[in-house]
Amino acid sequence: MNPAGSRAEDLADAAVAGDRRALARLLTAVENRTPTAEAALRRLYPATGRAHLVGITGAPGAGKSTLVAALIAEVRAAGRAVAVVAVDPSSPITGGALLGDRVRMQAYASDDGVFIRSMASRGHAGGLAATSTSAATVLDAAGFDLVLLETVGTGQSEVEVAAAADTTVVLEAPEMGDEVQAIKAGLLEVADIVVVNKGDRPGAQRTAAQLRAMLTSTVSPRVAAAGGASPAGDDRAARPRPKRPEVLITTASTGEGVPALLAALDRHRSAGREGLADGARLARAEAQVWAIVSERLRDRFHGTTAAPATEETLRAVVEHRLDPYTAADQLLASLTGGGPAN
Amino acid sequence: MSERPIKILIAKPGLDGHDRGAKVLARGLRDEGFEVVYTGLRQTPEMIATAALQEDVDVVGLSILSGAHMTLLPKVTRLLRERGLDDVLVTAGGIIPDDDIPALEEAGVAAVFGPGTTIAEVAAYIRSHVRPPEG
Repeated sequence: MNPAGSRAEDLADAAVAGDRRALARLLTAVENRTPTAEAALRRLYPATGRAHLVGITGAPGAGKSTLVAALIAEVRAAGRAVAVVAVDPSSPITGGALLGDRVRMQAYASDDGVFIRSMASRGHAGGLAATSTSAATVLDAAGFDLVLLETVGTGQSEVEVAAAADTTVVLEAPEMGDEVQAIKAGLLEVADIVVVNKGDRPGAQRTAAQLRAMLTSTVSPRVAAAGGASPAGDDRAARPRPKRPEVLITTASTGEGVPALLAALDRHRSAGREGLADGARLARAEAQVWAIVSERLRDRFHGTTAAPATEETLRAVVEHRLDPYTAADQLLASLTGGGPAN
Repeated sequence: MSERPIKILIAKPGLDGHDRGAKVLARGLRDEGFEVVYTGLRQTPEMIATAALQEDVDVVGLSILSGAHMTLLPKVTRLLRERGLDDVLVTAGGIIPDDDIPALEEAGVAAVFGPGTTIAEVAAYIRSHVRPPEG
């Protein structure tokens, strides 16, 4: 067996056996996308799928880290092991990052049932790092019952976490927008649970009421039929439906409302086990596999033998001798051994 | 993958009243291209060692102004060793008298940066002394 393979086995087995140092090192390998990480993930994957992966997302300053800390307290009180993957942005200029999410979570230093890992996004857009899902897989394999994926502070359309998590929690702060904000497409659409945090601030109740009115109202069949999105009308049942999230209020800094949030998470988890989340799981598998396929394709086109031809094709697009579609077709054709078309 | 930024924990052990300096350092090291984990004020040696282990950092930078460095810093290095983190580079900064430096070095603190040290100097020291990355 090659060195990466045997090191991977050792690390993976030690991490699963409860060695936190091995777990931390394996997560570093995953972040750096080393051969060790890939070998370990192959080994661990069959044993995963047991943890409840919960995404926590929302605007910068909405209180994601504070809420995660409050959730840790609640989950530990119930005796369950919890892991956190907290993502903060990397600088697009220097590649550096300031990972500050632990500041609110430092109370669990001597508790072996809590594991917190900060990750830099390393240029990946979408709210997570490219390797966050794999990191969650490793933590799942290591036996954590609940894995919280905290995104970078997000805007309106960083919805990637919804594909990575079993349950997506979107955090809103009071007075962050009116009813029109609540009916815009994007982040709020992927929420399984919407939490209005900072519930002790004025306006929290009103914000929650507005969100409830806008997000959980039923669209009548007539409106849906007249909507124009499905002129045939027949595929209405098959068409993806927006979720109708629960809307809760928390004050993460005091823990108020957090037991209700944990109960809602557990309800959503049970519903998922009854098959209601099959679509979400399929979407996650698809996202993972396609990410690897596209990475491997890119590696092949830039490999030593293919690189000159790839470079030449790209150059032709730059010089407008070739359109991007034909260029893509040619590259794909070259993969199957047919050589460049025409 | 080629991009493997060095990961640093910046921590303030003990009861210092403010962390402006540590924040400036954390920000400066971020601008030097490091991934900096910042944990805030009033950290116990236990918290620092746990964070270093879970984050698998290459470097632990301890900032201390309170005068308690002779008790707190050796405690941190001892806990790091006990958890198998012997290869983590430990540096210290803040207000530390020159006379105390040999004992701290003896305890496993690799370097002590006094007032007036530039961030570029700290970054250069880290780059040349950090453990090599693993495959």
